[in-house]
Amino acid sequence: MRPFTRLETTLLPLDRSNVDTDAIIPQQYLKSVKRTGFGKYLFDNWRYLDPGTLDTDPGQRRTDPDFVLNQDTYAGAEVLLVRDNFGCGSSREHAVWSLLDHGFRVVIASSFADIFCSNSYKNGLLPITLQAAEVDDLFDQVEQDPAYVCTVDLEKQLVQDQNDRVFSFEISEFHKHCLLNGYDEIDITLQHEDKIRAYEDRMKQACPWLFP
Amino acid sequence: MMENDTLYDKVWRSHSVHERDDGMTLLYIDRHLVHEVTSPQAFEGLRIAGRAPWRRDSILATADHNVPTTDRSQGIEDPISRRQVDTLDENCRHFSITQFPMLDVRQGIVHVIGPEQGASLPGMTIVCGDSHTSTHGALGALAFGIGTSEVEHVLATQCLLLKKSKNMQIRVDGRLPAGVTSKDIILAVIGRLGTAGATGYTAEYAGAAIRALSVEGRMTMCNMSIEAGARAGMIAVDDTTLEYVAGRPFAPQGAMWEQAQAYWQTLRSDDGAKFDAVVELDASDLKPQVTWGTSPEMVTAVDGVVPQDDNVDHRNALQYMGLQPGTPIEAIEIDKVFIGSCTNSRIEDLREAAGLIRDRSVADNVKLAMVVPGSGLVKRQAEEEGLDRIFKSAGFEWREPGCSMCLGMNADQLEPGERCASTSNRNFEGRQGKGGRTHLVSPVMAVGAALHGHFVDVRKWMA
Ligand code: SF4
Repeated sequence: MRPFTRLETTLLPLDRSNVDTDAIIPQQYLKSVKRTGFGKYLFDNWRYLDPGTLDTDPGQRRTDPDFVLNQDTYAGAEVLLVRDNFGCGSSREHAVWSLLDHGFRVVIASSFADIFCSNSYKNGLLPITLQAAEVDDLFDQVEQDPAYVCTVDLEKQLVQDQNDRVFSFEISEFHKHCLLNGYDEIDITLQHEDKIRAYEDRMKQACPWLFP
Repeated sequence: MMENDTLYDKVWRSHSVHERDDGMTLLYIDRHLVHEVTSPQAFEGLRIAGRAPWRRDSILATADHNVPTTDRSQGIEDPISRRQVDTLDENCRHFSITQFPMLDVRQGIVHVIGPEQGASLPGMTIVCGDSHTSTHGALGALAFGIGTSEVEHVLATQCLLLKKSKNMQIRVDGRLPAGVTSKDIILAVIGRLGTAGATGYTAEYAGAAIRALSVEGRMTMCNMSIEAGARAGMIAVDDTTLEYVAGRPFAPQGAMWEQAQAYWQTLRSDDGAKFDAVVELDASDLKPQVTWGTSPEMVTAVDGVVPQDDNVDHRNALQYMGLQPGTPIEAIEIDKVFIGSCTNSRIEDLREAAGLIRDRSVADNVKLAMVVPGSGLVKRQAEEEGLDRIFKSAGFEWREPGCSMCLGMNADQLEPGERCASTSNRNFEGRQGKGGRTHLVSPVMAVGAALHGHFVDVRKWMA
């Protein structure tokens, strides 16, 4: 996994709550058996006016100029700014893969869905939960000035803007540690291999029907 | 201390392999269900790392999302869908994993076949790369959806690193009126809690109305826990659970059954159990529910009206749905009807739905009404009971099992602007096809809508 430490970037505001993973990446793209190449389908139903599939060339499809992702104003932003309950619905990790593939490294929201969060941590995408009032504030700043820049510092757990306004965020020690170092959770778990085997030996006695 | 545990506390504790100082628990997984959409990248990761599945016998695989619901003898026409299903076949062969392939009568929606086969048992931890894994909690299991990286993690280690959630009790007392089903209870719960109301919790459904439900009805409720934000929903084991599980192919038999069921009977929350949140509902007050928006929380009773668009989310939703505030729900006309999905495609759902038809036919303005059984075995059972003939003579299409128009990864999709009465679980924008408009309802409500061409209050027919 690509480590995440510190980032200085503009923000892309997507003023919506309850953005579900079907909206982040629609079902027809889940037919891919790869982890890459999903960026061009990010928010597909909002971004393009024409329907698409894995077979169609997105370059040939008409885009919706009103959709924020299609506006040059916010091009290159590595932080996606949204409202409540981002990433609800389906467990599809493709949602995280498409955000990363498009170039986002951080999502700031007032709340996230659980599965989306755990998928994010495993891929080096940082989900940051701020207070609703702080999120409102960031929306105001970005809408007034699209060039508004923030620094995201994972070590210090801070989002800081060019005017030295500071927002702090919570993250579990475990996920922080994995993200900062780019650790793979499978390797961490396999350090406990003996404990897993001992557990299985115990359970074979206690609940033998689980080990047919 | 022991007498204060919730059902979730008990199952969680019995699967804890190791608790880390940083608050994470290494949790052992008993059953891993696998389907074709969220597994290819996990198997690829396993191969790249040169790893093998930790415990093959814990895995059960099937293809459900991409499979056609029409004649399958010629295979899958869409080459991209076919490749995904072929990839699952190939991974199962390569790693010697038990799979019910497309032409096996036991194939079906993964959340239907797990319980049907007895592969999902009380007290188990059950995962699948699919958010509706919460379904299996109806058996007193801890079952939850995971992402593809976690699928790989479970394949490689039989464990997950997790933080324990909080406990929420959802108590439903009273008796359900005729024409009101478990689908209506869960839609009403989601309407009350909101789609994020149970985020961070494991929900336990309890109370007289839940005890009175069949295991099928309980599965419908646990299925949609995720629509309220809860990764898992659970229901205590009782005689109904044990009767359901007994004799199923993967369930223990003989002396092992006796031992298992003695343990399973302890799987309920203690009387003094502490919940971090409690939600209470009276079933006798409930009416059939219909969603009007693009999130399951946007729901109202069938005798209600489309609400005012007084916030930006409601405005977006009503615009997408093509609805005006104040429109009576019963005045909304529909184009298609979908009876199926892991929420409502079990034999009991099909019996209830067929029971309402009584020699009537699908209304002329309904372009397509389809019934998609949850598994090949559900389909066979329904045919033995003659339900297929009732549906077909009323003008419904009777299809092969799979996810179908619940998410339209196969050919079953809504056209832009089409309005559908659907027994599935998500009314998100584009869920059933780009521009498609979904109204979530119970199976009997879907049949009522099919026969009239618009939503109707089925209580009038079932009193
Ligand atoms: S039926 Fe629908 S919700 Fe259930 S597993 Fe299939 S796609 Fe997912």
